[in-house]
Formats: sequence, structure tokens, C-alpha cells
Amino acid sequence: MSAFRALLFRDMKLAFRTGGGATLAAFFFALIATLVPFGVGAEQLLLGRIAGGVLWVSAALASLLSLDRLFQADYEDGSLDVLALSPLSLELAATAKILAHWLTTGLPLVLLSPVLGLMLNLPVPGYAPLFISLLIGTPALSAVGAIGAALTISIRRGGLILALIVLPLLTPTLIFGAGAVMAAIDNAENAALYLLAAFSVAAVALSPFAAAASVRLNIAG
Amino acid sequence: MALTLARITVLANPKRFLDYSSALLPWTGGVAFLLLAVGFYWALFGTPPDYQQGQTVKMLFVHVPAAWMGIFVYALIAGASLGSLVFRHPLADVAAKSAAPLGAAFTALALFTGSMWGRPMWGTFWQWGDARLVSELILLFIYLGYIALWNAVDDPNRAAKAAAILALVGAADIPIIHFSVEWWNTLHQGPIITSTGSSVHPSFLWPLLTIVLGYTLLFVWLWLLRMRTEVFDRRARTLMLAKGA
Repeated sequence: MSAFRALLFRDMKLAFRTGGGATLAAFFFALIATLVPFGVGAEQLLLGRIAGGVLWVSAALASLLSLDRLFQADYEDGSLDVLALSPLSLELAATAKILAHWLTTGLPLVLLSPVLGLMLNLPVPGYAPLFISLLIGTPALSAVGAIGAALTISIRRGGLILALIVLPLLTPTLIFGAGAVMAAIDNAENAALYLLAAFSVAAVALSPFAAAASVRLNIAG
Repeated sequence: MALTLARITVLANPKRFLDYSSALLPWTGGVAFLLLAVGFYWALFGTPPDYQQGQTVKMLFVHVPAAWMGIFVYALIAGASLGSLVFRHPLADVAAKSAAPLGAAFTALALFTGSMWGRPMWGTFWQWGDARLVSELILLFIYLGYIALWNAVDDPNRAAKAAAILALVGAADIPIIHFSVEWWNTLHQGPIITSTGSSVHPSFLWPLLTIVLGYTLLFVWLWLLRMRTEVFDRRARTLMLAKGA
């Protein structure tokens, strides 16, 4: 477990240093939420209705930002090979990296979301579902993103391919996350948060295996 | 089942695969075109128009088989990816790579014809809230991402393994598409052929099944052609590399 903790803290420290991308994602998130009113017009009612969806899409895109460096940075300087040889299994190493990514990229988005909801005139019933859905759903964004990151390690400028691979797989999180906010605004009951939680748990549990397999194929070659 | 598995391992030898496929090609192509010709003639002229939809119901004969093929081909790709990763079948990745653009084309055809059919029938070209439409669109994107990954990775062996992993991860969409009309009741109609029977009248069912068989054989014909091309391409590349050295 100390190896897991060591890797986790290392990745978190690296994320906050130069070229890390931790605060970058939060800025990007805020920036998209700011750009949307310029695009769709300043009408308060419209913004309030689309706020949940807009923030969810922004969260998904902001998570993608630092994902392509998740494994690639270690691959380039050889530390991924060292990780593979360490007593820590690659699956656990992938889990540590996913957790680090979520803590440095996903969690700041969650904490920032009520402020941005305010900017987008989100109705009062929507705040709690927005916060909770992002809290539950951002780990899935990191987990599924890690699969894409591991698959695209050896591709130059793999960021775009990463987005193409990962975004279709993330649609359930978007649908259920934004759906939870919409249902709360419309004062309706729906199971979106439960389905989101189910998807998130499944993603976090299963993605380390896919990510580790992808890492193995890239360092073996 | 055991016979099919034995056949699959027999076809692991590229030379034997080329021999088998060159023998099969003209037959599959010929029977496919025959079935499609017969099927479509029967469907268009041999079936009555629907009392509500008129002749537009005949879109069913293009749309439904295309949708089935899109899913069937992805299942094939997932199976081939498993064969490539777990069983290390030499031609499995060739099979998967060759099938992908065909599956994507079937899916795009299903989406397009479904949209064209939806306008007169439902009054709209598209509906974002419907689970089946959305999951079919996601399938198209998964196909495109799969093809993009094959083309993006430089080393062919790495590309094969990476694509195999991606195919298996994306396979989660297939049961969602299949069960979407049973789990949700929004716009797209329910299943017409289930394990217990069919809700389609025999006069429509038989042309439909003929066309489905025709589509399947058309796919097999094109798939074998593409696989052969890929095998020859790899041979040519090896020869060029050897010559360069």
C-alpha cells in the first residue's frame, strides 16, 4: 500500500507543478461556462435550463485536457517501465493515477460548479443535484479517460484521438449527470443519479484492467 | 460449435485462408446479389402497402437489416478482438480491421434510412431523448474511433492490440442498443423479432429475412475481399522491408 500511496502523492505533486494541468482544467471549465452565454444569448431562462448540461459537457472536456499526459509523460522518460517492473501491479498503478487525476482535475471542477451554476442562472433546486452528480460522475470521467490515455500512449499528438475514443464512452455520464439536474429543475423524480452512480462504480472498478492491459502492450513493443 | 472453432483454427494459416476465401468469394458474392435482387423485388412489389403508412413502410426492408448488420459486425469485431488478444489467432486482427468500415457503413445506413423513415412516420428526422437512436449513433462513433485508432498507431502489432482492447471496451454499447427498446419506451418501436416469435406478418417477414441473408452474404463477400487485400498488403510490406534491408 505504501507504493500505491507513493505513486498517488507523486502524481498529485506533479499535477500541480509546471506542465501538470491541474489548475488548467479548472480554468478551462470556467472559461467554457463563460463562453456559452456569448454563444446562446444572455436570456436568463434559457441559460438556467441549459446550465446543467453545459456544465456537464464542460466538465467532460476539461477532464480530457490533461488526460493525454497521464501515461505518456511517464512513458517518455522511462518511469512507466520502472512502474511495470515494480511490485505494485499495473492495475493498481493505473488506479493510483486515476485517483490522482480525479483529485487534481475532477474534484476542483466539482467545487467550482456551484459558482458557475450561479453565473449561468441555474435554478435553486439544481445546485445539489449538480454538485452530487459531478461528485459521483467525475471519477468515471477520469477512469474512462485513463483507458483512452493508455491506448494512445505511443501516438504523437494523441490528444485528439483520445477525445474521439473517450467521448462516445462517456455519453452515459453526460446523459445521466445532466439528466439528474434537469429532473430536479423540473421537479420530477428520476433514477438518473442512481444510474450515474452505477456507471461510475463500474467504470472505476473495471477501467484499471483495460488501462493496465493497454500500458502493457505499449511498453512491451 | 466445435466444428466452427476447429475451422477457425484451420484458417489461422494465411495461405490456407487465402485458398479458402478465393474459392468462397464468387459464391458468396453471387448468392448475395441473387438474394438481394429477389428480396428487394419481392419486398417492393410483392407486399401490400401498410394501411397507415402506405408505401413508406417498405423502408423497413432497408433499415432493419442494416441496423442488425451494424450490431452483428461489431459483435464479430469484439469476438475477433478476443481471439486476437486471448487466443493470439494470427488472422483475428486482420478480420477485425477489415470488418470495421463495413460495420460503420451499415450503422450509418441504418441511421440515415431510419431518419428518412422517421420523418413521415414520427414527424421528425431525429429525437435526442430516444435510447435506441442515441445508442446507435454512439455505436457509429465507436466504430469511427476504432478505425481512427488503427490508423493512428504506427506499429501494426501495437495498433492491432490497442484496437482489440478498444473494441472490447466499446462492446458495452451492444446490449444497450439491443435492450434499449425494452427498457425505455420513448419513440422507436419495440422489438419485432424476439426469441418467442415475431410481431411481423409473414408476408413481410419472409422478404425481410431474405434481405437479411442477402445483407449478411454481401458483408461476408466484402469482408473476405478486404481480408485478402490486407493479407496481401502485409506480405507486400514484409517484402519491401526485406528488400530495403
